[in-house]
Amino acid sequence: MIQALAFYLFAGVVIASAVMVIMSRNPVHSVLWLILAFFNAAGLMVLVGAEFIAMLLVIVYVGAVAVLFLFVVMMLDIDFAAMRAGLVKNFPLGIAIALVLLAELLLGLGAYGAGGLELGTPDGAAMTNRPGVSNIEAIGALLYGRYIVLFEIAGIILLVAMIGAIVLTYRGTKPGSRSRQDVGKQIRRRPEEATVMKNPEYGKGVDL
Amino acid sequence: MTEFFQSFGMPYEWAWTVATLAAIVVISLLVMLSVAMVIFVDRKVIAAVSLRRGPNVVGPFGLMQSFADGLKVFLQETIIPSAANKGIFLLAPIITFTVALAAWAVIPFDAGWVVADINVGLLYILAISSLGVYGVVMSGWASNSKYPFFSAMRAAAQMISYEVSIGFVLVCVVLWAGTFNMSGIVEAQRGHGLGIVNGFFFNLLLFPIFVVFFISALAETARAPFDLTEAESELVAGYQTEYSSMAFALFWLGEYANILLMCSLCTLLFFGGWLPPIDWAPLYIVPGIFWFLTKTFFFFLVFSWIWATVPRYRYDQLMRLGWKVFLPMSLVFVAAISGYLMAIGHFDRPAPDAPPIMEETEFVEAAPAVQGAERDPS
Repeated sequence: MIQALAFYLFAGVVIASAVMVIMSRNPVHSVLWLILAFFNAAGLMVLVGAEFIAMLLVIVYVGAVAVLFLFVVMMLDIDFAAMRAGLVKNFPLGIAIALVLLAELLLGLGAYGAGGLELGTPDGAAMTNRPGVSNIEAIGALLYGRYIVLFEIAGIILLVAMIGAIVLTYRGTKPGSRSRQDVGKQIRRRPEEATVMKNPEYGKGVDL
Repeated sequence: MTEFFQSFGMPYEWAWTVATLAAIVVISLLVMLSVAMVIFVDRKVIAAVSLRRGPNVVGPFGLMQSFADGLKVFLQETIIPSAANKGIFLLAPIITFTVALAAWAVIPFDAGWVVADINVGLLYILAISSLGVYGVVMSGWASNSKYPFFSAMRAAAQMISYEVSIGFVLVCVVLWAGTFNMSGIVEAQRGHGLGIVNGFFFNLLLFPIFVVFFISALAETARAPFDLTEAESELVAGYQTEYSSMAFALFWLGEYANILLMCSLCTLLFFGGWLPPIDWAPLYIVPGIFWFLTKTFFFFLVFSWIWATVPRYRYDQLMRLGWKVFLPMSLVFVAAISGYLMAIGHFDRPAPDAPPIMEETEFVEAAPAVQGAERDPS
């Protein structure tokens, strides 16, 4: 009873907020609706007992990705009315993407109706639902055992992407420019080097 | 508590729901009450350090000061700037406050005294605390004012930066404890230091990690010396500049609830939670909640002591500390600790016995089984 109520609540909010993402006129509102959609998707994950995935969804998507997204949308002063003007031009492309998504959805539903994929174990036997093994342990055993090579490859791709982003945006500092700071030098500086005690006579200035 | 409601003839599901709701209300009220008292303590400590008296008029020793302030704020008019984005402007304090309270769901106050004894307790806290950014960012943007926006940007960058090193610190603790469950982490600290003292704090490899965690907690909650988000000489009052009355109070309450949460995390992760400091039988006569509250309060005193004594950082120094000092340091410690634990064969032994799981969790875990059964025939 409660499970069903919770499911329809989460699912309903996911769909409603997903619709609002594309319907709302203000891009910041769109991002906030997207965050609500992510969050409720995490709720759905909890309902099917995948609490680890749910937490990862919140930490990674809501906590990191969406924050940066929100940053960009807030900081950029984009004229969204001008962007919407290209609707007619981009209409065929949009329709094509929508059709691909629809086909994928139908294919996925068909596959699910046919029984879905059988999860296997490293020794080839079908995966049995072992009680007492938590989400984290199960995912960890798969990720760091069977799929360790794929995992490492994904890690290296991300590392290369990160270094690439840094190299592309790094402008370098000119020697002697003021934006370059030597923290050690700053800390080593003593008051005696920076300040001078002067006791000027009345009416006379200080000659530095 | 579920049995109590079941005795009224409720079915199990509804009894569980009502019991959990009751527990949520009790914990929220207690957290609010302690926030009020802790604000008073904060002001008293700062007054003492700067040789003032602090609040001493309302009630005995000024104890009722926070409640008087709360009443005053409650009776004030809510002013919404005409250029503000009204919906988000009002939503932001609500989110800050809700998120600050939500994290308390997995905090065990004593053995078994926890609303949700979930397996991923620590991850839940990470997830919830990463949500705290939204209240700040939304308030800064929706105010449609320069200073709050600056402050919100600062706060968001600061929180994201320090969350990274907090994450690595938590990895170290989890490696040693072998579980993400908060109660399990506390139990893993029983007799940790040579069988004499309870707590990861006394571990030579984990002590530097504790220092990183504590300083990151200061930055994460935007407390001095990292309170750049409300640097009054630069930003008026930070992201809450445009807020008044209850909306402002919600930010204030949420902020202090977060500080208390960080103090209790220090207690749970490094100082053995509800366990007495020394693993000595007579000390176990004292109820565990006493130890938990004492340790948490001690950390809060340290927080306000730091606020009263340490000058504010510059923003670039803050970022440097987070990314160039703490991040490499915590990474090195993750590698060092996992290497050490591998060398001594720590991972070969079975995971520590989790404390008896409360009956609440059974219901949560029953849900997937039911749905799995429905799926099978298809």
